[in-house]
Amino acid sequence: MIDELMQFMFKLFEIGRDNLPTAATISDSLRNGGIIAGLINFVLTLLATCRDVLPIAATIIGFQLLVIRRPIAHPRKILIGFISVLLGIVFFLKGLDMALFPLGELMASQLTTPEFLGVAVLDETVSWQAYFWSYIFAASIGFATALAEPSLLAVALKAEKISGGTIRAWGLRLSVALGVGFGIALGVFRIVTGSEFYLFILGGYLVVMIQTRFAPKLILGLAYDSGAVTTSMVTVPMVTALGLGLAEAVPGRNPLLDGFGLIAFASLFPIIAVLGYAQIAQWLNKSHLSSKS
Amino acid sequence: MLNSRFIKYLLGSCRDLAPIFAVVLIFQLLIIKQPLPNLADLISGSLFLIIGLTLFVQGLELSLFPLGEDIAYDFARKGSLLWLLLFAFCLGFSAAVAEPALVAAAQKAADIASQGNSIDATETAKADYALGLRVTVALSIGIALIIGVLRIIRGWPVYYPVFIGYLCVAVMTPFAPKEIIGIAYDAGGIATSSITVPLVTALGVGLATAIKGRNPMTDGFGLVVFAALMPIIFVMAYGMAVL
Repeated sequence: MIDELMQFMFKLFEIGRDNLPTAATISDSLRNGGIIAGLINFVLTLLATCRDVLPIAATIIGFQLLVIRRPIAHPRKILIGFISVLLGIVFFLKGLDMALFPLGELMASQLTTPEFLGVAVLDETVSWQAYFWSYIFAASIGFATALAEPSLLAVALKAEKISGGTIRAWGLRLSVALGVGFGIALGVFRIVTGSEFYLFILGGYLVVMIQTRFAPKLILGLAYDSGAVTTSMVTVPMVTALGLGLAEAVPGRNPLLDGFGLIAFASLFPIIAVLGYAQIAQWLNKSHLSSKS
Repeated sequence: MLNSRFIKYLLGSCRDLAPIFAVVLIFQLLIIKQPLPNLADLISGSLFLIIGLTLFVQGLELSLFPLGEDIAYDFARKGSLLWLLLFAFCLGFSAAVAEPALVAAAQKAADIASQGNSIDATETAKADYALGLRVTVALSIGIALIIGVLRIIRGWPVYYPVFIGYLCVAVMTPFAPKEIIGIAYDAGGIATSSITVPLVTALGVGLATAIKGRNPMTDGFGLVVFAALMPIIFVMAYGMAVL
C-alpha cells in the first residue's frame, strides 16, 4: 500500500517535471491571447498546483490511515477543503502576477525617478539621503503589514500569558512591527548604498546572541519565532518586488546580486526588537516591585 | 452557516491586503502624485488576490489544519520516536513544497538568474532552477523539524541549535556564489508562511504538552526559527553546487 502510494506520487512528480517547462512556454506565448489562452493558463497553473499540494495531502492522509489507523472523519468536508485550497492558490498566484508584483515594482520605479528625487540625472553621484521616501515607504509597508498580521496577534496573546502579564500583547505587537519596519528600511538603505549585505545580517546575529545571554529565558523561543511568523504570503511578494525594483532602478546595483535580502532583514530585526522589549519589560517590572516593597 | 463563515474569511483576506493598499494609496495620493498605469489590471488582480486568499484560507481551515493538527498531537503523544521523526520530516518537506509564497519567489529568482546569465535563458532551465530551489528549501525544513523535535524531546535549550546555525551561515557565506546569497537569506522567511507555521507550531505545542516536564508555552516555540534558519545553509550549498 505504501509502496503503491509512493510510486504514484513519484510518477505524478515526474509527469509534472517533464511537462511543466513546455507548459510554461505555451502559457508565455499565449499570455495576451484572449479567453482561451487564459483558460489554458488557468488549467496549467491548476495542474502545477495539484502537484505542489499532493505531498502534504499524501503526508497527512497517509499517516492518518497507515500509522494512526483511524478513518478520516468528514471526508466530504476534507475534499471540499482541498479543492478550495487548490483553486485559492491558482487565483492567488494570478493575482500576484497582475497586482502585487507590478505594484511593488511600480512603487520602486516611481520612488526613484530623477524628477521625484529632485536630481537632474540618476547616476551614482546621487547621495543616499535623496532616497528618503523609499526608506519611509519600506518602513511603512513593514510596520503596517506586521501590525495587521493575525498570526502575530495569536503569538502576542500567548506571550502575555507566559510572562504572567509582564509582557503586554500590544507592546509585543508594536515592537515586532517596529522591528519589521526598521529591518526593511535598513535593507533598502543597503540596496541604495550597495554595502555588503551579509555584514548587516551577521551583525544582527551577533546582537541576538548577546541579547540571548540577558533576556528572560521563557520568552526566547517565542522571540526567535516572531521574526519568521510575520513574513506572511502577502508581505513576501510585495517586499520582494520592491527590492528587485529598487535594485533595478538604483544606478550601479544589479537585481541578481542586490535584489533579494529584504525578507531576511524583515525576519531578523523583530527578534532583536522582541528580545529588547522583553528585557525592558522585565527591568520595569523589577523596579516597580522594588519600589513597592 | 457555511456562508457566514465564507464571509468571515472574505473579510479576513481583505484585512490582510488592507495595510499594503492603504500605504500604497497614501503614497500615491500625497507624495508621488502620478497617474497609476494599468489600473484595470491592478483592480482585477486585487480581486483575484482576495478570491484566492479567501478560498485558500477556507480550504486550509476545512481540511489541512484540523487533520494536520490532530495528527501532530496524536504523534506527539504516542508515536514511537522513529515514526515521529519521519512524520516531522514529511510534514516540513511537504508543507514547504505547497507554500504559495515560495512558488512565486522561486519563479522570480529564476527569472532574475536567467536575466543575469547565471542560468540558461530557456523556460526549461528556469523551471528546473525554481524547482531545485524549492526542493532544497523543503528538504532543509524537513531536516530542521527533525532537529527541532529532537531538541524538544531531549530538552536542549532553544539557543544551542540556533547559534550553531548562525555559525554555519557565517562560515559558509564567504564561500557561496554571490548570486545565491540574497535569495538564500530570504528563503527561510519566505518558506515559513501560511501553511508551514500553523502546522509546525501545532507539532511543537503538541509535543511539549505530551512530554512530562515540558511547558507547551515555552518549549513548544522555537521550531519555526530552525525552519527559517536551515534553508539559508542549504540554499547556499545548492548555489555552490549549481552556479
